Amino acid sequence: MSYLEYTVKTVPAGWRKMLFINWPLVVLLTAITGVGILMLYSVAGGSMTPWAEPQLKRFALGLALMFIVAMVPIWFWRNMSVMAYLVALALLIAVEFFGSVGMGAQRWIDLGFMRLQPSELMKIAMVMVLAGYYDWLPMKRVSHPFWVLVPVFIILLPTFLVLTQPDLGTAILLVAGGGLMMFLAGVHWAYFATLLAAGIGGIYTVFLSRGTDWQLLKDYQFRRIDTFLDPSSDPLGAGYHITQAKIAMGSGGWTGRGFMQGTQSRLNFLPEKHTDFIFNTLAEEFGFIGGMSLLILYVLILIFCIVSALQNRDRYSSLLILGIGVTFFLFFAVNMSMVMGLAPVVGVPLPLVSYGGSAMLVLMIAFGLVQSAHIHRPR
Amino acid sequence: MRRAPKDTAESIRKISRRGVILGGVQLAFAGALGLRMQHLQVDQADEFRLLAEENRINIRLIPPTRGQIFDRNGAILAANEPSYRITIVREDAGNVDDVILRLSSLVELDEDELNRALAEMERSAPFLPVTVAERVTWEDISRVAVNAPALPGVTPEVGLSRFYPRRGDFAHVVGYVGPVSERDLARYETPDPVLRIPRFQIGKVGIEARHEEDLRGRAGAKRVEVNAVGRVMRELDRREGTPGADLQLTVDSKLQSYIQARLGEESASVVVMDVQNGDLLGIASSPSYDPNKFVRGISVADFGELRDNDHRPLASKTVQDAYPPGSTFKMVTALAAMDAGLVAPDETVWCPGHMEVGGRRFHCWKRAGHGHMNLELSLRESCDVYYYDLALKVGIDRIAATAKRLGLGQVFPIGMSAVTQGLIPNKEWKRAERDADWRIGDTVNASIGQGYVLSSPLQLAVMTARLATGTAVEPRLVRSVDGVEKALRGGESLGFNENHLRQIRRAMYAVSNNRRGTAYGSRIIDDAVRMAGKTGTSQVRNITAAERARGVTRNEDLPWNRRDHALFVNYAPFDNPRIAVSVVVEHGGGGSRAAAPIGRDVTLQALFGDDPPLEAYPAKDRDRIREQQERLQQVLRANDTDGRGRA
Repeated sequence: MSYLEYTVKTVPAGWRKMLFINWPLVVLLTAITGVGILMLYSVAGGSMTPWAEPQLKRFALGLALMFIVAMVPIWFWRNMSVMAYLVALALLIAVEFFGSVGMGAQRWIDLGFMRLQPSELMKIAMVMVLAGYYDWLPMKRVSHPFWVLVPVFIILLPTFLVLTQPDLGTAILLVAGGGLMMFLAGVHWAYFATLLAAGIGGIYTVFLSRGTDWQLLKDYQFRRIDTFLDPSSDPLGAGYHITQAKIAMGSGGWTGRGFMQGTQSRLNFLPEKHTDFIFNTLAEEFGFIGGMSLLILYVLILIFCIVSALQNRDRYSSLLILGIGVTFFLFFAVNMSMVMGLAPVVGVPLPLVSYGGSAMLVLMIAFGLVQSAHIHRPR
Repeated sequence: MRRAPKDTAESIRKISRRGVILGGVQLAFAGALGLRMQHLQVDQADEFRLLAEENRINIRLIPPTRGQIFDRNGAILAANEPSYRITIVREDAGNVDDVILRLSSLVELDEDELNRALAEMERSAPFLPVTVAERVTWEDISRVAVNAPALPGVTPEVGLSRFYPRRGDFAHVVGYVGPVSERDLARYETPDPVLRIPRFQIGKVGIEARHEEDLRGRAGAKRVEVNAVGRVMRELDRREGTPGADLQLTVDSKLQSYIQARLGEESASVVVMDVQNGDLLGIASSPSYDPNKFVRGISVADFGELRDNDHRPLASKTVQDAYPPGSTFKMVTALAAMDAGLVAPDETVWCPGHMEVGGRRFHCWKRAGHGHMNLELSLRESCDVYYYDLALKVGIDRIAATAKRLGLGQVFPIGMSAVTQGLIPNKEWKRAERDADWRIGDTVNASIGQGYVLSSPLQLAVMTARLATGTAVEPRLVRSVDGVEKALRGGESLGFNENHLRQIRRAMYAVSNNRRGTAYGSRIIDDAVRMAGKTGTSQVRNITAAERARGVTRNEDLPWNRRDHALFVNYAPFDNPRIAVSVVVEHGGGGSRAAAPIGRDVTLQALFGDDPPLEAYPAKDRDRIREQQERLQQVLRANDTDGRGRA
């Protein structure tokens, strides 16, 4: 039985595909977005405008896109991987160009109905192109130094463009996401161990250099690190936001202060309460129980992704699903670490909950790819 | 590109293995996040809850209403008046420039104040009101209210501000309030937080300053919920403050106004005291100033004028200035001598017009000499030589002790600013302060209230009252605080021999009732209110031997600030003393000519409570006195309408 024959016989076709969609995943995504809209309604002081309503509309659009992407066979998307990467790269350069022309640092392109951030697009495009690359690369060459350098270049090129915007948060996500893709693809342990050791050694050296003649960072950069490590050392300066964010979380307690009763967010002590710090509003108003529930929803999505990847015998699909899962994980892990004072504030939104169009649509498209891979998996 | 199935299967296995490993790491990290959440929200919840409350709740002070000040009859001396100001809230105004342009067509806006307000608006949060005009009239406020729709963000606000309806009459007594300065704050170890309220005013001088704690009251507080930029979202609860205590003074404002008018532009001061209980009925210093100007913030030009005036309107001469008492001190010397048993009232001394002491010639004011003098004659005619002789017998220490018993050289804390101690010198004092031995000539000078002796008009009034009653009467200016009467002090006897006091009093009676008395020209002929007094003329310059040889220059020929001070003290009625009066006219010339007439007019005014009948004056003075009374009535009426009526 030829591959095509096999495929035509076993892969569902037409409207029947709807039955094979990973419905629990759809429910989870909807639930998380629902939490987000609820919180956006709350931080607007009990109003659908200016945030909850646009977010709802974008979710509807995102859901539609997800289904459309899911219906298209995964091998089509595999063939589009390189194209997606190149388009995203071109858009990144375009943003760079427009930014330099007149509007200063600029991360988005205005599409009229929404602002598109090419860097968001790149997160998915990179997963796609790396999955495609390792699908193409024979197994025995995966750890060959030359074939390791190629994906490193694929990762670092857009990272460099994003850094110049400047957008440190996205750059970190790109590097981490790409690196983990290489790990998943089976690049040899030694590379990662070396990198890890070099990283730790580098950080250690930087700290060791402090106060000596060969100090590697400027004094103010050290002070920033100090502020992150101990926000209370500068409670009204740079540490203010993180201190207020922790107060918001902590004051929630077990059950929270009640829907729309969070004083930290309602009285604007909380910075960026509708985007990066929205989780603190949730934690303040619904307490430990509310925060934990959202975390569990996220973890369930991860588990569904991993299970779906393990079920899939197609290398591209498997890598793609795991990669998208990792990207999603990095999103919420970095954001939550940041708002709980475990990581410096770098500006990463909470996926599907923070207000923002590009991130929402790109994630829904990504889950469309996951669904497509799930539906069209070899049986 | 085709792949061997084995390759695919192997790589799928690898991806699966690593996917599981990475999944495990992810779940572990999520677990760590959960633990962190638990640490923040469960373990540290109470702590953070407290911090959130601290963020949210702000305590705002409500300024207390300042206590008012009344005279002995309940006439108001320091009142709280509603004052209107116009404020603009930037975020409500929209285009601030437009709104201010429209506002300026309705209300006169001060250029400086407007610029300051615009600068403040730039700096402060857009929701905070900024004052653009202060102390605007009720008419202006009404115009703003009527045009409210055209003036978005403009609000008329009403507050209380201090007003002194009697203007200059009580400037030195009551003082004035002003904005809290850094120096005011520095005076307290822990300043009352109410002092930090913008626009809060505290007493700067006089009773307002010395009774600040009584008058201020206690601030109330309200708890408000604020957001991150300090905007008040709502009021949670409030506790009203306690208004300041009202003060009642012993002063009779009608008498005080009369005295101020009578003194006119002279650089002079008058103290009128009730000899029985020490109540100060009048305590006036002239020229005066309008304390309301200070409340509003006095202009540099106005302040310069007050500061540079050689008549020193800002000085509270009754208590803070000390003058050589001159001949008014002679009662002290006489009493000291009699008390020491060194002189009998009828013992006589020959006055040839001068006396040689320690190789130096001390002159009597009368160059030709007074001839034979006894105590009564010497006081009546103010012979100096008689007192030089007494001084040599009793010595400075006894004189100083007697002076102190009579209240000289003592500080009376009556509640005004900068109350002076004056100076009663003795040997120790000179050695300590001047690093020189006491000379016999110093005693001679002191015996007639010259040399080092200094006393304030208040002290002279106390001395006179003590001579009149023989009791240790102490002055009192604040009668009651918050309705609670202040205790009277010092009613006990001073322990002087009553006979000696009687001798002094009889001599003082002669001063203003005997044809040869120095104050005979200012006598009272109404038997019910006859007065006993003593004139004084104190030099402010040394008269050189050369000048004396040439003939002493007459006061009228000297520049104003070189002329002698004129003094007069008296009590009345003679047979039943009720009031004691002291008058000092700076550089007024002779005490009998410049000070005694004022003493008489004030005495009669105080005893009659109004313009006295002309029959109290000697017949030949009556026309002049009637004219004077009419003129002063006009002045008082004019001041009254200026002062916006008596509240």
